[in-house]
Amino acid sequence: MSDITVKDFDSWVKPSWCPGCGDYGIFAALKHSLAELGVAPHEALVVSGIGCGSKLPDYMHVNGLMTIHGRPLAVATGAKLANHALTVLVVDGDGDAYGIGGNHFIHTARRNPDITHIVENNQIYALTKGQYSPTTPQGRVTTTSPEGVIERAVNPVAVAMAMGATFVARGFAGEPKHLAGLIEEGIRHPGYALIDVLQPCVVFNRVNTYAWYGERVYKLEEAGHDPYDRAAAQRVAAEWDDRIPIGVILREDGAPSYERQVPALNAGPLVERSLTDVADIGALLRRFM
Amino acid sequence: MQVDEQLDSDISIRIGGDAGQGVESSGAGFCKALARAGLHVFAAQDYRSRIRGGHNFYQIRAATRPVAAQRVPPDLLVALTAETLDVHLEQLPPGAGVIYEESLRLDERIRFRPDAAQIDAKGLRLMPVPLLKTAADHGSRVMANTAALGALAGVTDFPLERIMEVIRENFAAKGSEVVDANLAVAAAAHRVARERHADFPHPMPRGDGRARVLIRGNHAFALGALAAGCRFVSAYPMTPATSIIEYLASIAAEYGVVTKHAEDEIAAVCMAIGAAHVGARALTATSGGGFALMTEALGLAGITETPLVVVSVQRGGPSTGMPTRTEQSDLLFALHASQGEFPRIVIAPGNIEECFEAGARAFNLAERYQCPVIVLSDLLLASSLQTAEPETFGTDRVSIDRGALLAPGAPAGAAAAHRPASGADPAGPSPARNHPWEAGAYPRFAVTDTGISPRPLPGDPAAVFTATSDEHTEDGHITEEIHTRARMMRKRMRKEDTALRDDIRPPNRFGPGQASLTLVCWGSTTGAAREAAARLTAAGTPCAVLQFQDLWPFPADAAAAALDAAGLTIGIEQSYTGQLAKLIRMMTGRALDRQVLAYDGRPFSPEDMLTAVQRCLNGEIQVHVEPGEPPLPLATEVGVNV
Ligand SMILES: Cc1ncc(C[n+]2csc(CCOP(=O)(O)OP(=O)(O)O)c2C)c(N)n1
Ligand code: SF4
Ligand SMILES: [Mg+2]
Repeated sequence: MSDITVKDFDSWVKPSWCPGCGDYGIFAALKHSLAELGVAPHEALVVSGIGCGSKLPDYMHVNGLMTIHGRPLAVATGAKLANHALTVLVVDGDGDAYGIGGNHFIHTARRNPDITHIVENNQIYALTKGQYSPTTPQGRVTTTSPEGVIERAVNPVAVAMAMGATFVARGFAGEPKHLAGLIEEGIRHPGYALIDVLQPCVVFNRVNTYAWYGERVYKLEEAGHDPYDRAAAQRVAAEWDDRIPIGVILREDGAPSYERQVPALNAGPLVERSLTDVADIGALLRRFM
Repeated sequence: MQVDEQLDSDISIRIGGDAGQGVESSGAGFCKALARAGLHVFAAQDYRSRIRGGHNFYQIRAATRPVAAQRVPPDLLVALTAETLDVHLEQLPPGAGVIYEESLRLDERIRFRPDAAQIDAKGLRLMPVPLLKTAADHGSRVMANTAALGALAGVTDFPLERIMEVIRENFAAKGSEVVDANLAVAAAAHRVARERHADFPHPMPRGDGRARVLIRGNHAFALGALAAGCRFVSAYPMTPATSIIEYLASIAAEYGVVTKHAEDEIAAVCMAIGAAHVGARALTATSGGGFALMTEALGLAGITETPLVVVSVQRGGPSTGMPTRTEQSDLLFALHASQGEFPRIVIAPGNIEECFEAGARAFNLAERYQCPVIVLSDLLLASSLQTAEPETFGTDRVSIDRGALLAPGAPAGAAAAHRPASGADPAGPSPARNHPWEAGAYPRFAVTDTGISPRPLPGDPAAVFTATSDEHTEDGHITEEIHTRARMMRKRMRKEDTALRDDIRPPNRFGPGQASLTLVCWGSTTGAAREAAARLTAAGTPCAVLQFQDLWPFPADAAAAALDAAGLTIGIEQSYTGQLAKLIRMMTGRALDRQVLAYDGRPFSPEDMLTAVQRCLNGEIQVHVEPGEPPLPLATEVGVNV
């Protein structure tokens, strides 16, 4: 047991999410898991994008970096490569992660940096007031799809698996305890960990409510799912509509993280190296003579 | 034009052939030999002529004094194909030499041309050498380019041993048989050339025997960055910037550098921002198109006060433009890229030494002012091989200044010392909530007189803080509170004033004390401009050069003073719109008297520049340089009237 408590993450800034927003559950789960793992506020770096959910670091006493829409994974990757002693987390929205930042999502999944990626997936663009997102179901009416969404929705857990991710999980904001467990496992996993979180938005998504999810979600660990079984994981990832699995869908142990394979980082975090450790570039210069 | 009195100490050579004939590797090998002999070299794959089919050529200038531009026309052409002669014939001056593969029978080829009489009048020295046969006899036919090097050394009376040395090194990895065969080929070709063409009247100048560094601008920049402690580079390949990450990747394991080829330029710049945020000296390298993708993130670095270094190596635009040609058309873009207003520093090296220095200085500026620093280079500077004195690049020339960076644990004291902040910005009232960090958060964006806030790094137990792309309070929390916004804008922008006062350099001036004419330029154009100015001065028209190295914050007072004492001012830029001239006018209210504008992607030679200057002096206000323009006769004395 560590002496870090949830209170250590309290900030003088209070969350301004709508009452009932799923982001509260995610926020609570995140603080709980950091405290549980004994990660102090100064030891973590929480990187976010832009959106309702991405405001999370603002409400928390922790090293926070709120970047631009869609780019937190790239910023976090740079931070992790430069200081892998930090516990680096990304918290962003479905628009950030699967829309504008989709390219970073697929490449980070196959790159496997030790980053825990929590996506507050409310299936809508909430901060901009209700346009469809990549995870909005086909046919859904939103302000930019008055006739219903034409495109098929992205299945983020399937995409992450297809890209070679080594830890793929789904949580539910209405089950913060369960979610905290997933985040803890994600942080402990020494590689990229996707935790896609079903997040009710009580204002702009009137379909996928707490009640709607409550009737459908079931816990994979209770159902006897083996996350090391890729074929089973594929089947589970395809489930939606009537029964929605939450828990660890897939994991693969033993794959080295990206930064562990970078020779320059063998001796420790980059930021701890002296800037003058290349005392003399004379040897390099002679190669040009 | 009678201003060039130093021809015997300066030679210009072109080696032309088909792609795959090893033109570039022979050219670069020859340059190495020249540099070791103590000659000053400027060389590149040339971009000047319209290149047909598989033809490509390498242009080398060697001299007994520093040179920073190509000189046209060439004194000697090495033709590995018949096409080489056809392409370059027009530019060969009277008496120029042509070394060629004997079986090409170029003498006959010329005899059957309709303009044979004119060519004959040029008095070209045709110097056939059996390159292929020599290669086949002593090694194999693929070594014809080695034979050409031997012949080139023979004709110009350059010490064969220098060539042999380079051959030994360059082929060492291929084994002693290959080395020996190439050595034999070079020696045999050298012998034939000496026997037949020893009387060529333009020998290689004698070097001073001092070995020099032979390097490209991109590599010089990368070495400067490395010497300054840059250990992180993320980039997406784009000509002509690619060799920066490639070079750093090639030494990454040995020197402990993290190099990341990212999925796109947005990721590349964001990774560098993340790395810089946590304390690494981080770089991203790109060209215009990639820089365009980086613009949004540039603002992120601006508002989060992250010391980011971006080097943008310009090429011909717009869009994909001319990927392998040089241009200077991204100046105003670099100055204005990204929405909103935030402090930034833009510097542009003008020669190889300045490339190295910029590589180091950029990081000091970025950390001192906690803002993005953009280094604008250009293709010519980035990819030409040039000689430099080795001590220019000494690690001892590089000082590291991390600005207001706090050592771990120090923030506690710094936060206490900071309050109250109100005195720092008397124009604005204190924010409603004065010192929220008393509750435990650190005032990372503390308002100060200089605009620079003490900077702890994430991971420090004494300084937990948030940073955000939104407007924020001193401790980094999102706000739109009216007074805080005003104070934070002033705090950030004040850093430009501080930089202007403490770090920004006035334009460099070269030339006679009193000049009747001043060429105003930036970037690689400076090399040719300085040479053109020297020739004009020698011919009786005192001509200076004003080179802008620091472009933002703009050194307006120094620029105005320099321009007021400049005589007739002629802006020389490789762009259509003359962006430096616009910037000068915007910041000083002074218009340049004349403008020379080139946008054909070819590098300026001093000769081109003299022609363009002459057109200006003949009364043209704005000269758009025409490709392949014949040189204008230059008056030895130029009367200048503004
Ligand atoms: C480059 C850019 N484009 C558009 C926006 C406007 N914008 C802000 S948040 C957002 C979408 C937010 O959706 P999501 O990421 O799902 O987060 P949520 O608000 O639902 O939590 C958009 C389009 C922006 N800030 N930046
Ligand atoms: S709009 Fe939706 S996502 Fe945003 S705070 Fe309100 S409930 Fe949460
Ligand atoms: Mg959303």
